[in-house]
Amino acid sequence: MRMTGAQMVCEALVAEGVRDVFGLPGGAIMPLYDVLPQYPIRHILVRHEQGAAHMADGYGRATNNVGVCMATSGPGAINLVVGLATAQMDSAPVVAITANVATSVIGSDAFQEADITGITIPVTKQNFLVRSPKDLPRVLREAFHLARSGRPGAVLVDIPKDVLTGEADFHYPEKVDLPGYNPTLRGNMVQIRKAARLIEHAQRPVIIAGHGVLIAQAWDELVALAERMTIPVANTLLGISNFPTAHPLFLGMLGMHGTATACYAVDQSDLVIGIGIRFDDRAMGKFSAFAPRAKIIHIDIDPAEIGKNVRTDVPIVGDAKLVLQALLQELKEPVDRTPWLNQIREWQRLYPLPSSEKVPGELTTPDVIRAVYEATDGDCSVVTDVGQHQMFVAQRFPFRRANTHFSSGGLGTMGYALPAAIGVQIARPHETVWCFAGDGGFQMVMQELAVVVAERLPLKIALVNNCYLGMVRQWQELFYRGNYVAVDLSPGTPDFQKIAEAYGIAAWRVTERADALPAVRAAMAHPGPALIEFLVRPDENVFPMVVPGTSLAEVIVNEAHAGRHDGKPAGGVQPRPEPVPVPGLRG
Amino acid sequence: MFNRVLSLFRCRGFAVESLAIGHTETPNIMRLTIVVDGSKTAVEQVVKQLYKIIEVRKVSDVTEDETVRRELALIKVASKPSTRSEIIQLVDIYRARIVDVAVNSLIVEVTGTPDKVDSMINVLRGFGIKELVRTGVVAMVRGPQVAYEEKVRELSA
Repeated sequence: MRMTGAQMVCEALVAEGVRDVFGLPGGAIMPLYDVLPQYPIRHILVRHEQGAAHMADGYGRATNNVGVCMATSGPGAINLVVGLATAQMDSAPVVAITANVATSVIGSDAFQEADITGITIPVTKQNFLVRSPKDLPRVLREAFHLARSGRPGAVLVDIPKDVLTGEADFHYPEKVDLPGYNPTLRGNMVQIRKAARLIEHAQRPVIIAGHGVLIAQAWDELVALAERMTIPVANTLLGISNFPTAHPLFLGMLGMHGTATACYAVDQSDLVIGIGIRFDDRAMGKFSAFAPRAKIIHIDIDPAEIGKNVRTDVPIVGDAKLVLQALLQELKEPVDRTPWLNQIREWQRLYPLPSSEKVPGELTTPDVIRAVYEATDGDCSVVTDVGQHQMFVAQRFPFRRANTHFSSGGLGTMGYALPAAIGVQIARPHETVWCFAGDGGFQMVMQELAVVVAERLPLKIALVNNCYLGMVRQWQELFYRGNYVAVDLSPGTPDFQKIAEAYGIAAWRVTERADALPAVRAAMAHPGPALIEFLVRPDENVFPMVVPGTSLAEVIVNEAHAGRHDGKPAGGVQPRPEPVPVPGLRG
Repeated sequence: MFNRVLSLFRCRGFAVESLAIGHTETPNIMRLTIVVDGSKTAVEQVVKQLYKIIEVRKVSDVTEDETVRRELALIKVASKPSTRSEIIQLVDIYRARIVDVAVNSLIVEVTGTPDKVDSMINVLRGFGIKELVRTGVVAMVRGPQVAYEEKVRELSA
């Protein structure tokens, strides 16, 4: 059928099952917006293109299908970049459609021209500049296939204005022809058998389960493996919610602000089973001292992650679900692991998550998290921003259902939570979605409150306000002699309650611990969107902490130990007396 | 496509010594010959990361293979009537060629292994090198096997 490039884009979106797209129009993309209303696609008008990319990211993660964002040429497209980089780092399936100036003027510095394919090469899985309408069906088919298959990621399709208005025959290809792209899904059976024997015989095994488990929807297989083989499970940040938090084999999050037990268990283990993880520096501590006594089984769909950061004894490239299914078939009876589990219980008893209160009864971030959990009974999706509140939620929120935790892990993008939560809420219209954000990250994107109102989303927002860039402040306290530079946000901090109300969003302010739960209950009872500003202790710190450059064994279990540097973790390893200063971390 | 390759080497800090790009016997398939410093770069990571580029069909690490390796250089050398015959003699020894003659200069074309090209350049340096361009090395494994063969493929859904 003959049609314009703009119509082809819409036809392709419909063919790919896309019901919602996030975007903001401008000159070059107007031909596409001109025809968009003729198709059964809901367009969510954002207030800044960064928001569109994060919304598509949240939508993509929540649906395990592709989230789509759209922007015009030049500034519109460039505003997507941080969102695309965030999605790509966290393997979130996103397709960005951008318009560009007409092919005849590309390269002439035309008005609102930018080389967006050049700009996004390092932050996308693949990108395309489409030079003719006849290429559009193939390119769009490939874009969606690449975004959602294998290790998912961000794909950008840049379409010059004359390609949107030009005509060609449209046949949407059923199959793609990508000879250089063949993700390995089924693991090598020789390696799987080798892994099975190691798993049966290990005395102190531990599983580190990551985002790959959620992407592959392999949570049932993960629980089966852990239970049948009696193996404790730690999560990476992005793996959170792939294993029930309340499960007796759950160790909590691993890494820089993970639980002491997870850190000690990995350090002391004789077999680490990494499933759908990339052994990221924030989760593993110092690579050279990582799990020194352990053999390492690494299951991941991306062969480039195997052996990248840590040594691997048994590499298994494949889809986490298919590999775990094959592994479960192979496994026989494990050895008795009672002594190992007893050791873990002992660590859990000795090193619980510390309270972050200094003055008894004051409102702290963990109180906020507890209030949301109690009011929701854990039956909600949680989206966090980046910084202290993100770590507190990752440590403490009891997740009961799979794929209900969303955060920017790899890139650590402040400003992620509000737009991503909008994407999650649109993907899950009948679920409760709680957005946790700090005052720093929230102020980067709070214009998207307009979208919450315009789309009538029942989103609930917990704004954890300490009037600081809290994580940076914590690092300045610990590693820069308490030299607080450019972290105090209190001059200029707005009245967030009034801001929410100005948008037409019901809002509360909570300053006392006793008021937290009633406020959350009130927000839940309110049928529309709601925002609660929690004024928490300004100088709260997140512990435990694995100081950069140190190993998991050196985890500082609580604030008292950090101050005096005399923590005595198991294994007899002392925390470093002088933490190595590391260049400032944002958020 | 090679934008992505170059970007990859830059982003990941892989140490590139030379890079040569050209067409192959198959339409639409380009071949890149890249020399990386293996002492500064994990070659296995380079290969794996290159495979992540969607258009990349085949990556061969030929470090340990028996290969034919060749590079071409054009060297513009200063010359006077008194030095010209000496230059020509040296060029002959290297089985290189004079491809252009001007009043005060010659262009020498030399082909060979990078070592031979280096050596030719060093020998000519004494006369005064006015301009130099090298293609970067290309390589081919000896024997009947080929690096990449286009096959009939099944399409994926």
